[in-house]
Amino acid sequence: MKRVFFALCAALLAIAMWVGYDNFADGLDTNVAVMSEPASAERVAQGAYLARAGNCVSCHTAPGEASYAGGRALATPFGTVYASNLTSDADTGLGTWNAQHFWRALHHGRSKDGRLLAPVFPYNHTSLITRADSDALFAFFQSLAPVARATPAHELRWPFGTQAAFAVWRSLYFKPATFHADAQQSPEWNRGAYLVQGLGHCAACHSARDALGASGALDDLSGGVMPGVNWYAPSLLSVPETDLVHTPPAEIVRLLKTGQSSHAWVSGPMGEVVQNSTQYLREDDLRAMVTYLQSRAQQALHDQPDPTATAPSRKPSARSVANGAAVYKDHCAQCHGDQGQGKTEVYPALAGNRAVQMSDITNLVQTLTYGGFSPVTQTQPQPYGMPPFVLTLSDRDMADVLTHIRQQWGNRAPTVTEFDVNRVRVLQTH
Amino acid sequence: MKLIWTLAAWLLLGTSAHAVDTSMAERTRACTHCHGEQGKAGPDGYYPRLAGKPAGYLFHQLQNFQQGRRHYDLMARLIEPLPDAYLRDMAQYFSSLHVPYPAPALNASGVPADVLARGKALTLNGDASRGVPACVSCHGAQLTGVAPDVPGLLGLPLDYLNGQLGAWQSGQRRAHAPDCMAQVVKRLASDDLMAVAQYLARQPLPANTSPVSLGVLRASNPASTKQQVATDARTGAMPSRTMGATPVATTWTCGSAPGVVGVLP
Repeated sequence: MKRVFFALCAALLAIAMWVGYDNFADGLDTNVAVMSEPASAERVAQGAYLARAGNCVSCHTAPGEASYAGGRALATPFGTVYASNLTSDADTGLGTWNAQHFWRALHHGRSKDGRLLAPVFPYNHTSLITRADSDALFAFFQSLAPVARATPAHELRWPFGTQAAFAVWRSLYFKPATFHADAQQSPEWNRGAYLVQGLGHCAACHSARDALGASGALDDLSGGVMPGVNWYAPSLLSVPETDLVHTPPAEIVRLLKTGQSSHAWVSGPMGEVVQNSTQYLREDDLRAMVTYLQSRAQQALHDQPDPTATAPSRKPSARSVANGAAVYKDHCAQCHGDQGQGKTEVYPALAGNRAVQMSDITNLVQTLTYGGFSPVTQTQPQPYGMPPFVLTLSDRDMADVLTHIRQQWGNRAPTVTEFDVNRVRVLQTH
Repeated sequence: MKLIWTLAAWLLLGTSAHAVDTSMAERTRACTHCHGEQGKAGPDGYYPRLAGKPAGYLFHQLQNFQQGRRHYDLMARLIEPLPDAYLRDMAQYFSSLHVPYPAPALNASGVPADVLARGKALTLNGDASRGVPACVSCHGAQLTGVAPDVPGLLGLPLDYLNGQLGAWQSGQRRAHAPDCMAQVVKRLASDDLMAVAQYLARQPLPANTSPVSLGVLRASNPASTKQQVATDARTGAMPSRTMGATPVATTWTCGSAPGVVGVLP
């Protein structure tokens, strides 16, 4: 018995030592001054561009406060995390950091003082960023005027906010990674892969998160519900959900540039991505991302669900059909049209719209409940919007009108029930 | 390249059955769904009128919702991603709409005369003993507001007035610092606030419902034209004798309306 106890203790100690080694032994000397020359204007500009590509501003800016000064509260299933101040302020920002500290944060997920960073910061993705890009980003953040704004302490439930918890989580899910170009693929494909998997951190939303909040692999683009935010980021590989493989590349570029294409409109959190990030990317970078994404979608073509084998949908009752049509006529047709045709550049068509027919109805319920505006972009500085309907429509009305738009004008998607609508709404945590 | 796109867009638009409606009325449908057509106010008391309110005031309210100084989840979510430039355009649009006001829904019956008298006294004269300026000293002699930042107080439903004054008192509603309205409201008892709301909700609107200019407001408040006060107002600094623990204030300055100075009776 005693022997078993000691063996257990020894095993636990060995695991703890290994977790400690795994997390802290990156061997980086942060005392060395690695950047000998002062940052050139080009390097700062390059860093600013990379910060756009990484959409750093969205998390690292609190509403109404200076850009990159941090403080935005990010809700997670484990509590609230506050993004840090990236400006050059010495006390509350990165003013006393050097390029080596910054590289360690991006690549190893550790702060200046060596502490492990909360993995809400997607350092599994930023780990892929090259040292040259890291230095350019650092030069850009150092060029920002100092803003004194202390970052509030994270409010994570015990034990999730402890360094020990971060260490265990990291040993399970995180390994510093380097981007290796695939020699079989074109430089454009590799540039796209680097942007999608690294700075773009697309998989942070476009893959499902597990019970410990970990998203899929860096290149997992199979879609998932974003916990807390409660939006479904569709699969970028699926034909029914996004059909990137059959969409002209220029149209996908247009979607990332303007939020609209002839096939799709972005909404919810992707609107923020277009507004703050992708609209600013160079055409060649957007094309590279599209090249990579389409090649991935092409590879995934063989494991698409058989469209003829979809689960038989419950037929809506005559009462639901009548109510759905009536609600549509009263509240939707004025903008989306009698035939769900929408209005070019103003309101999206619902007929033939993949977002309307996805099996996951989270986004439809969110849109009906809260409404929203299309992203504000250089091409559309005054976008049109949809009002919230949560006070006007009951869960039953929502279910009936969603069933209506999913089964009219050639659309073929399963019936939505009041229960389905309610199931999405109770997941709303804030 | 740009020319080609413009031409292409023009061709597309030109041939489509429905020309694109680029009006602000169309762009702000998400607003008017609750706030009523042309921002005339919603059907119940909780969606206030937007039409004709001073543009600076409307813009500040949009910012207040975005930045957590006012709280209404549906409103905050809807405008959360919109940048200041677009919010200003929306504020300017609703401010430019001159839509006639309906007559007050309430008359003098149904509320004790002494309550109305108290409300009237506070509105027109303030309460010197508590260091509370009259409503008219900042919101204009006719209570139609002062361009560009101070809202009018007439034509608002009783429920809305009560809701807002209560929110100021509890700290649920705030404005840019220095938050003069919060200071004023917190010096009044709940009964006083309800008396003011009862009085305001019963006042008919004057023939000209437009907000007055700062010059008109200053002319009606001779004390506020003093050099010192004007300087304080420009810098947004608090006048030297304001905001003590005891109500000794003679003037008020407001972060949300830097040009305006409230004066004690």
